Amino acid sequence: MKCSFSKQLISLALVILCGFFLISCGESEKTSDASHKSAETIKLGVAGAHSGDLASYGVPSVRAAELVVRDINAKGGILGRKVELLIEDDVCKPEIATNTATKLVTEGVDIVLGHICSGATKAALGIYKDSKIIIMSPSCTNPALTQSGDYPNFFRTIASDDTQASLEVDFAIDVLKVRKIAVLHDKGDYGKGLAEFAKKYLEASDKAEVVLYEGVTPGAVDYSAVVQKTKYSGAEAVIFGGYHPEASKIISQMRKKGMETVFISDDGVKDNTFIKVAGEYAEGVYATGPIDTSNNPMAIAAIEAHKNTYGSEPGAFFLNAYSASLCLLNAIQKAGSTDYDAVSKALRTEYVDTPLGKISFDERGDAIGVGFCMYQVQNGVYVEVK
Amino acid sequence: MEYFLELILGGLTRGSIYALIALGYTMVYGIIELINFAHGEIYMIGAFTALIFTSVLTLLGFNEIAVIVLASLAAVIYSSAYGYTVEKIAYKPLRHASRLSPLIGAIGMSIFLQNYVLLAQTSDFLPFPNLIPEFEFIKPYRHIISSAEIVILITTSTAMILLTFLIKFTRTGKAMRATAQDRNMAMLVGVNVNRVISITFVIGSALAALGGVLIASHVGQINFYIGFVAGIKAFTAAVLGGIGSIPGAVLGALVLGLTESFATGYVSSDYEDVFAFGLLVLILIFKPAGILGRVRHQKI
Repeated sequence: MKCSFSKQLISLALVILCGFFLISCGESEKTSDASHKSAETIKLGVAGAHSGDLASYGVPSVRAAELVVRDINAKGGILGRKVELLIEDDVCKPEIATNTATKLVTEGVDIVLGHICSGATKAALGIYKDSKIIIMSPSCTNPALTQSGDYPNFFRTIASDDTQASLEVDFAIDVLKVRKIAVLHDKGDYGKGLAEFAKKYLEASDKAEVVLYEGVTPGAVDYSAVVQKTKYSGAEAVIFGGYHPEASKIISQMRKKGMETVFISDDGVKDNTFIKVAGEYAEGVYATGPIDTSNNPMAIAAIEAHKNTYGSEPGAFFLNAYSASLCLLNAIQKAGSTDYDAVSKALRTEYVDTPLGKISFDERGDAIGVGFCMYQVQNGVYVEVK
Repeated sequence: MEYFLELILGGLTRGSIYALIALGYTMVYGIIELINFAHGEIYMIGAFTALIFTSVLTLLGFNEIAVIVLASLAAVIYSSAYGYTVEKIAYKPLRHASRLSPLIGAIGMSIFLQNYVLLAQTSDFLPFPNLIPEFEFIKPYRHIISSAEIVILITTSTAMILLTFLIKFTRTGKAMRATAQDRNMAMLVGVNVNRVISITFVIGSALAALGGVLIASHVGQINFYIGFVAGIKAFTAAVLGGIGSIPGAVLGALVLGLTESFATGYVSSDYEDVFAFGLLVLILIFKPAGILGRVRHQKI
């Protein structure tokens, strides 16, 4: 009995060993296949939130890259090489973004479009920098990403938060003429960074005062206490730095309490999901967002292509991502290779026609020629405020 | 003064929701000494079920009251079924394993249910219709208290009174108390322990579903992840009040809700969680079993 048991054990061990052998064979075949391929294709990584609660920010950039690459490959690719997409999800979480970056680098990516959220991008940037890979984000607006000078490999096709904050403050003071402002944020890299700038600009101007400056806990069951506090602070307007889930909860609770306080927010809120979730309470909310380029013929074509391919209107940052893909691939074309120095030089010197207009990049990596303007929810849609 | 009153009401509303969920944690712990981490997800499933039924019933042209009642009922039944099934699938086979195994099973169930809803429904935030109508008589006071808050407070108190009645004065309640005191002894005197455990899960899930429907209707939005934060807070409340004790869970939840509300109101919402968990640490230092918890002596 005992003997047969040990025999079984040995045969089991053998089977497992064989299994490992097969797997390892399979893997080595795969890697050799990949290295063979890299000689032929240019690998464009696309990283960002493609699932999870912030997927609505990330999925449009994947589609933008797919459309651009499809067009370019149809014309024969770049430098005679086809472009291949490597799509990786980071769910907008910094701890996952580092894995995403490592995976892309290991897979031999040449250039990266992404990431989507500032916090996640900051976490991943060091990995790309060490591997000398250029990354371009369609949506990260955290000022330090370019202004700190720590990341020469980082570019973006969206203006940074300080431009948004100063637009929000100027709009509140000069257009709406409010004097008492509450500044709220969601304690995140993006929201808090923006709120800090807004507070700084408000304090610098003597026309308005900050009556309340607080961070709310994202995902909390409700925000009634913060809403009460805002009411008793006497604020005429709220400037909120953060994303739409918190914004829609706060605005709904304010309006249910009968508060008419003006609500001004950022491009994290300038998303149709906000209007869908907040419903009637979204009416009248101001939010800054990228300048409307819907009259640009390239933008019209890009949106049309999106509708034809995916059967729906493109989501947030689609045009920024489309432009970023064009800029990246154009720079490789102009540089004649995927060499780091040559491509970053090309990005800084060459002007590219994109759906956002004719853009190039300054020394710090910020796009020249893109900016923000103010929108307001009117009858369930965001309308530009002139 | 008005501000103080508003903060109290806000804190009580939040505390009531925590209480509805915390009861599930504490009842299950009292009976099988398991921290059911999947409980927050049951709350989330309750809210989703109510959303689906509300949309369907509204389309079919039912009136407002019928929609609220039927959707809440559906949520309660559906969540109870989930609670029952989770117990049967994940915890019952592990009843005699070491205490760590069902705990890990519970965490696994929580992850599974979250991702199941993510895949079966959506990852987006969904608008939740305002099921609770605005009462006319409350209009002049709506800056202090909303109709939703009144409904939450009344529903929660009613649910608690019914639960107390059930536990104190019915045969099932007696069987539950007996099982909580000593499972083997209860079995010896003829209590069907498996049935009692199932009933506990069903009641806990029903209460959580009720909480889910109420809060979703109050804040007007849900997604697959809402159960996580609510579950953690309710678990904190249960520990604060003394896990295993039913009045303790309610007291702990109300204390937690009020602490958060006052911390935000008088200090800063940046420190909301600092105060909530700081209080927990303090109470556990001075009363390790929680406010109303009794120290259990090891039975020989």
